[in-house]
Amino acid sequence: MKQLMLGNAAAARGLWEAGVCVVSSYPGTPSTEITEEAAKYDEIYAEWAPNEKVAMETAFGASLAGKRSFCGMKHVGLNVAADPLFTCSYTGVNAGMVIVVADDAGMHSSQNEQDSRHYARSAKIPMLEPADSAEALAFAKKAYELSEQFDTPVFLKMCTRIAHSQSIVETGERVEAPVKPYQKNIAKYVMTPANAIKRHPIVEERTKKLAEFAETSDLNRIEDGADKSIGIITSSTSYQYVQEVCKGQFPVLKLGMIWPLPENKIRDFAKSVQKLVIVEELDGFIETYVRELGLDCCGKEAFPLLGEFSQNLIAEKLEQPVHTGKALDEALPGRPPVMCPGCPHRGLFYTLAKNKCTVLGDIGCYTLGAAPPLSAIEMTLCMGASVSATHGFNKALGKESEGKTVAVIGDSTFMHSGMTGLANIAYNQSNSTVIIVDNSITGMTGHQQNPTTGYNIKGDPAGKIDLESLCKAMGIRRVRVVDPYDLAACDAAVKEELAAEEPSVIISRRPCALLKYVKHNAPLKVNTDKCVGCKSCMKIGCPAISIKEGKAHVDDTLCVGCGICTQLCPMDAFESTGKEA
Amino acid sequence: METKNIMIVGVGGQGSLLASKLLGKMLLEEGYDVKVSEVHGMSQRGGSVVTYVRYGDKVYSPIIDKGEADFIVSFELLEAARWMEYLKPGGQIVTSTQQIDPMPVVTGAAAYPEDLVAKMKASGAKVDALDCLALAKEAGSSKAVNLVLMGRLSHYFGMADEVWQKAIETSVPAKFLELNKKAFELGKNA
Repeated sequence: MKQLMLGNAAAARGLWEAGVCVVSSYPGTPSTEITEEAAKYDEIYAEWAPNEKVAMETAFGASLAGKRSFCGMKHVGLNVAADPLFTCSYTGVNAGMVIVVADDAGMHSSQNEQDSRHYARSAKIPMLEPADSAEALAFAKKAYELSEQFDTPVFLKMCTRIAHSQSIVETGERVEAPVKPYQKNIAKYVMTPANAIKRHPIVEERTKKLAEFAETSDLNRIEDGADKSIGIITSSTSYQYVQEVCKGQFPVLKLGMIWPLPENKIRDFAKSVQKLVIVEELDGFIETYVRELGLDCCGKEAFPLLGEFSQNLIAEKLEQPVHTGKALDEALPGRPPVMCPGCPHRGLFYTLAKNKCTVLGDIGCYTLGAAPPLSAIEMTLCMGASVSATHGFNKALGKESEGKTVAVIGDSTFMHSGMTGLANIAYNQSNSTVIIVDNSITGMTGHQQNPTTGYNIKGDPAGKIDLESLCKAMGIRRVRVVDPYDLAACDAAVKEELAAEEPSVIISRRPCALLKYVKHNAPLKVNTDKCVGCKSCMKIGCPAISIKEGKAHVDDTLCVGCGICTQLCPMDAFESTGKEA
Repeated sequence: METKNIMIVGVGGQGSLLASKLLGKMLLEEGYDVKVSEVHGMSQRGGSVVTYVRYGDKVYSPIIDKGEADFIVSFELLEAARWMEYLKPGGQIVTSTQQIDPMPVVTGAAAYPEDLVAKMKASGAKVDALDCLALAKEAGSSKAVNLVLMGRLSHYFGMADEVWQKAIETSVPAKFLELNKKAFELGKNA
């Protein structure tokens, strides 16, 4: 049936049609929906793992056991999983194993814009790169064939515009992949030096064979054009921009297999045109290879290393007509993302800002604590870094920093890689305070369950890790829980734990205000007879509160009655509207 | 047919997803090649969000660039102005007059610009601005702004009424069908 499908949903459909049985992933924009969609198919066992390394190892284990498996992650997640990645390239697979890595050029929702294609080359793992939803589906299926044919894990590389665009797909039926019985094979699967040294040449030989495959595979196709003054090599979303602009004027070598690259196909294509142009987002990955072949080309000298491309950018570089529109003549105020009304993180960050704490932050919605007016967070690096970096900060400065420095990390991020940092604090005894902002969900990526929520990916009851017990078991004696809606309790907890002469953990606990089961209070309103316009309530950056004609004003379509502003108001001017939320 | 472009813009959390779902289904049903691009993740949290809907004989790029939009459908006034540069010459803006203060306005670092409709018109854009929130409430729910805007868009869109009706029926839960149809009519006839 012909239907519109999100790239990520199409990839998930491809997994299902390919007979995949086990899926393990950690959520990360723009990869999350693949695993969410896969979980909807009854034939697939899908789960959220605590992090990408665990997910990849789980997928590897399932492949080893003989069933087709999958793990998906965003680009930075692949850094976390890089350890199993490089060595499962050596072991190869039993049943097919596919890894999605989704890049985020333009950093719509990421802390960097690394180009994950380099992983394919350095880990010596083939990589397919779809350019729309139909290809996401088809390439996912093809990836399993290649995985089993060449005894290797296979990358399927997505990017924001492919993952989060809907285009037309024709779906097929599921074909069950026969279970490949597990067989003990120490030489293949135990990567001691003696065994691994024999696997390495097999890997190099495999890459050669895959390169031969790439020469003739229809994954790489030439779309001819009459004007041979240039020939364009491109892939993924860049291909779409190129054809949007050129409409078949120039010959295009559209690469669907991005590693290994087809040397002869590229050489022949180069011969057929006067000048080679490489159009690729982020790094000059294809360009580097083409130059290694001794071929002259135009790549990053013209096309940016930074950000996303678009049709106008390609048109400008290829000297084609560029569309222009008319902007307003005045500068408009920006609209950066903000913590939602009723966000439980707001009260905590207000407390930290008030106490002039040095806050080392982490990855999640709460990174928005760095934005004005709270401007509380001073560092965000990667998943888990808040905890380890706070330890390092305090080891470096001792008493100078211990009494005012805190780590802030979410429940899901703590399970991902904050725990090991806490182990370091407990073991090497820095006088550090870690605040786990436990909103009972993985928020930023759109509400995924995690090991602390008590539910699995399907929303069914599951194992539940108790954060208090966990921290205590790791050797932290001072563990306390506060409600971030209670500013006085937050203030006391922060002051006392920072003053304590030993490691401590504060769990700031209240479910995300967007969760369906969370009941809200009636919206508040301002009694304008009482309000003196002191703006005390404006310190928390609540999007529901503004100043209108010198007095505070509450937008009752946004307010969820959390009451943080009420605690800040010296005039007692906030009152309930009494309206049902 | 040359590719046509519709941008749906607003503030994260306003729920523009139903509008793009409805348009996507309708255009697919009409036999066009269609691409719809959405924004997920960080920028959804009260930030400026945009959805691109493109259709024609063959659609390549999933996004719409400056000067290309035939229509900009906006849930919020400032967002209509922000994305105006994406409108093609002669293109049509359909916007709700709802104003949501962005954080720089909330904190007092900037002011919400005044007379945006007049300014957009003065810049040469065709602007149809109406209080969609009031019409949605009249239809029975403030969440029906989506369908009020679609009703208004249908005015300019050149698609038969029964095609819209069918798209609404297949995109909206049965429970809310009457409400949404009413919102569509109110937008169309406003």
